[in-house]
Amino acid sequence: MSNETILEVKNLSVSFKTPNGEVQAVRDVSFSVGKGETLAIVGESGSGKSVTTKALMGLLPAPKGYIKNGNILYGDEDFAKLSDKQMTKYRGKDFAMIFQDPMTSLNPTMKVGTQVMEGLRMHRGMNKEEAKKEAVRLLELVRIPDAKARMDQYPHQFSGGMRQRVVIAIALACDPKVLIADEPTTALDVTIQAQILDIMKDIQEEFETSIIFITHDLGVVANVADRVAVMYAGKIVEIGSVDELFYNPKHPYTWGLLGSMPTVDQREEELFAIPGTPPDLLHPPKGDAFAPRNRYALKIDYEEQPPMFQVSETHYAATWLLHENSPDVQPPASVQQRIEEMDGKWEAGQ
Amino acid sequence: MGGRTVDMSDEKLLEIKNLSQHFKTGRKSLVRAVDGLNFDIYKGETFGLVGESGCGKSTTGRSIIRLYEATSGEVLFKGENVQGKKSKAELKKFNRQMQMIFQDPYSSLNPRMKVIDIIAEGIDIHGLAKDKEERRQRVYELLETVGLSREHAERYPHEFSGGQRQRIGIARALAVKPEFIIADEPISALDVSIQAQVVNLMKKLQREEDLTYLFIAHDLSMVKYISDRIGVMYFGRLVELASSEELYRNPLHPYTKSLLSAIPQPDPVHERTRRRLAYKPEDHDQSEEPEFREVTKDHYVLCTSKEFEEMHQQAPV
Repeated sequence: MSNETILEVKNLSVSFKTPNGEVQAVRDVSFSVGKGETLAIVGESGSGKSVTTKALMGLLPAPKGYIKNGNILYGDEDFAKLSDKQMTKYRGKDFAMIFQDPMTSLNPTMKVGTQVMEGLRMHRGMNKEEAKKEAVRLLELVRIPDAKARMDQYPHQFSGGMRQRVVIAIALACDPKVLIADEPTTALDVTIQAQILDIMKDIQEEFETSIIFITHDLGVVANVADRVAVMYAGKIVEIGSVDELFYNPKHPYTWGLLGSMPTVDQREEELFAIPGTPPDLLHPPKGDAFAPRNRYALKIDYEEQPPMFQVSETHYAATWLLHENSPDVQPPASVQQRIEEMDGKWEAGQ
Repeated sequence: MGGRTVDMSDEKLLEIKNLSQHFKTGRKSLVRAVDGLNFDIYKGETFGLVGESGCGKSTTGRSIIRLYEATSGEVLFKGENVQGKKSKAELKKFNRQMQMIFQDPYSSLNPRMKVIDIIAEGIDIHGLAKDKEERRQRVYELLETVGLSREHAERYPHEFSGGQRQRIGIARALAVKPEFIIADEPISALDVSIQAQVVNLMKKLQREEDLTYLFIAHDLSMVKYISDRIGVMYFGRLVELASSEELYRNPLHPYTKSLLSAIPQPDPVHERTRRRLAYKPEDHDQSEEPEFREVTKDHYVLCTSKEFEEMHQQAPV
């Protein structure tokens, strides 16, 4: 992993036009992705994590969904300003995507081999023979046994895990610089999930691909991520290195996410659940959107949106609790205990 | 929190004896989705059934509640066999005692029915309300029990979020005052923070209504948290059964070990060093048919006699 930034998102806002008005799905989001780095975006449904990545790929459903503001900087280009046609130069080539359900991203009536070859012929201008050879190599790369014979089979002849491998092979066909994986293992069993995560990590190591990994599973985040962004109600509320996020979380929403998963040695009768439901982004609340569900909310949370406070060089959180005048609030006991039980040693100020 | 013994009695509520469920998939091929299952569920406990997709855990739940007619075997509920031919009255009585909560809160609620009618369906079938007013009051009560409000009664399912819908599904199951609830992946489709809400609710209801649960899931950490005992299924058979504490601390069957070693933990340093164990079914001694044996007290493993001897010798006293 190098320090070279490959993608930079600045103040991105994405909205959807609906009959009831404008839904502000992503609100002023900024982050960057380094070369060969995995950035995990965590959040609940409706938090804007998938919409953010769709905006990166130029896949917002026009004209309903649109980039309202901000920049998506890649090389000399600003994706936020490109037309759909101009985006085709990058989409599927420099930027590839893997979705949660492999069956919906594969064509059920087309042989698997043909689908892998499609990108090779289109983006890399290979002839049929070359593409065929390369496709077999890619299927072998994602460890599909007997790849040559499997080329002539259809998606329904593959298991869920094998299908996801095919999808990864297709994504890799054009040697992408950035791979966006939207819940790629959520539909899979744990043992299969582990295999897919291993494959993705190996590929990253070999090709220095940058990965944006969207998931709601904190276990998977701990496994794959170098850095983590936590999203809530269309905003990034906390961002930092994976160790900072797990061993020194600062935002009450991050505490809630950590607390709502039982530990292996969970003894308390109740899980630390986040009460209530996320806000309606048709009318985002004034102040901090998490305030109504936050048991540590301060008066100011209902009045003013907290800015990003810096915790360390790499760690930022948008909570008024980090303001110098705010009372000293520690994470709930159950979350503190679970951090203490973790293998990672963490000391404040590190 | 596994291993809770406070309100768990020794009374067997459910006995599953040699239950098999085979599906014909062609003229000559047969899928043994569930193959000779034996276990008991005690009154007041939560029995967790885990395994990967296709292992037969959902089929087991569905066969117990008679959504499928079992191919063979018996399911005794309070000593009475619920499988086989039954009169309408018998079925009705049985249906009142056993209810189910489904995985997908979207497809399990009729989109054309109001919440009040969805929840009251069981009340109507069993004639549990004297008049319309009592019926409505009962639904209000149930809505409040599951953390919704009475204003929700006149709405339709599409107006609710996934977590709220799952609460409606729970209210519907509770409406007939069952003793036993089968929850088939009740939280898999929900967000993490909502999962914790629903699990907390299910635990609260268990205490208050004296319920017994069969909790079917693939999320092992949540299963450990909610269950008193856990059965691990692999290819239609139980390979291991123990208290949840014991199963996680001391897994004996290689499949259970591999399953546990595959769960990613929310702990980055742990993840960097976690070693995954692969399960190779062919490593078992093929010359002997494995049997379900008690290796240490209340800890059962599907094993051959030789494997049994080895595990038995290594078991901590």
